[in-house]
Amino acid sequence: MIRVVLPPHLRTLAKVGGEVEIDVAAPVTQRSILDALEACYPMLEGTIRDHTTKERRAFLRFFVCAEDWSHESPDAPLPEDIATGKEPFFIIGAIAGG
Amino acid sequence: MSKVRVLAGTKKGAFVLTADGKRDKWDVSGPFFGGWEIYHMKGSPVDPNRIYASQTSGWFGQIIQRSDDGGKTWDVPGGEKLPKPGELPSGGPNKFVYDVNPPSGKPLTTHQWYDGTQHPWEFKRVWHLEPSLMDANTVYAGVEDAALFRSTDGAKSWHEVAGLRGHGTGPKWQPGAGGLCLHTVILDKSDPNKIYIAISAAGAFRTDDGGKNWKPINQGLVSNYIPDPKAEIGHCVHHVAMHPNKPGVLFMQKHWDVMRSDNAGDLWKEVSGNLPTDFGFVIDVHAHEPETIYVVPIKSDGEHFPLDGKLRVYRSKTGGNEWEELSKGLPPNNCYVNVLRDAMAVDSLDSCGIYFGTTGGQVYCSADAGNNWMPIVHDLPGVLSVEVQTLP
Repeated sequence: MIRVVLPPHLRTLAKVGGEVEIDVAAPVTQRSILDALEACYPMLEGTIRDHTTKERRAFLRFFVCAEDWSHESPDAPLPEDIATGKEPFFIIGAIAGG
Repeated sequence: MSKVRVLAGTKKGAFVLTADGKRDKWDVSGPFFGGWEIYHMKGSPVDPNRIYASQTSGWFGQIIQRSDDGGKTWDVPGGEKLPKPGELPSGGPNKFVYDVNPPSGKPLTTHQWYDGTQHPWEFKRVWHLEPSLMDANTVYAGVEDAALFRSTDGAKSWHEVAGLRGHGTGPKWQPGAGGLCLHTVILDKSDPNKIYIAISAAGAFRTDDGGKNWKPINQGLVSNYIPDPKAEIGHCVHHVAMHPNKPGVLFMQKHWDVMRSDNAGDLWKEVSGNLPTDFGFVIDVHAHEPETIYVVPIKSDGEHFPLDGKLRVYRSKTGGNEWEELSKGLPPNNCYVNVLRDAMAVDSLDSCGIYFGTTGGQVYCSADAGNNWMPIVHDLPGVLSVEVQTLP
């Protein structure tokens, strides 16, 4: 089971409280996590990645085991701690605005 | 007794304001979608409990929300279903994808960019939602970059009405200060095939065949901020209004100038008359008097606030040219708010109610056609849009 931490606005949109737990088939990558997340929570389609290009939205970041993986390949295998659910996959909104 | 429901979209969420027919005591609910920009909300004329909302964010993009209980609860159409584990997303909710030319797969057209070069269309947000007059599941969306979309399944999926962008003048459209936005959609109950739209900064357009073919309807507009002031395309139309029982008579608040057309937009004439300034954003028509219209004059394109810091609505009972100031109950001085293009609405009670919202977070109501005003709320986030529903 993969653990995903959403930014607060997306938790509200998905009507979930804390972390989200989803089944993700191996290999566990950013793409496979986001595909599974959007399958379980279709209202999140387009909010994290562009609908068509599937590119990460500019003001979002992906944090993995205390490292910024935002610019890594979406198909790169994620660390074992993510795949086993020991550590969550963080989706972070950039700090900006008023 | 009849009641009214005011739908206020703001910079930080949506609010639903309700009152009985006296319109002197109000219940305020919200914020819904707190922290998100709500560009527009509008109820279906067919099913008033069906309300559509445009929720948008620089971080998370465009969301369409729908309520089927008059604004109490909301869901993303098409987003509520939970597919089986491992099933891939269906690719439906909130998806606005511009049409491409089927044979080539290439974009229909490009538009003019700020520097005069051609630029591809890039979807940014939904400015305006216009529910069908006949079917609660059909709704139009005016979007930035300017295009018209239609959903026929209650906003679960959207398809571009591509004839608008494809009719030929697209390369001349250019973004105004607020972006290249399609902000006005008017449906004609006397002719379901006739639709009017307006774009900043391209102008007004009309289809007579349900969206297949479109024509610019900007003859008579004069805009001194474009190279050819009388050009067919390029006018910064801020808003257009039409009384439902007087189809073909249109009123326009342009960047500068208040205009009217008596022939469905084929020719416009200026009716700014004695207005203290004819710059502004909103314009609307009295529910029972098709020649009574309202504007909120704003000082200038460089100073988006009321002249002399005095907030005033102006009313013409003659379809323009002769205007009277309406200011009872409005701030007489030190008021430097703006009233944005979709932030005025009228109810259809016997004594017509007029409503408008400000960038300072006030929503004002007049229960007597503009003679007297009172604030419904003082301190909302900046108001982007106001609509009102008259309920039994």
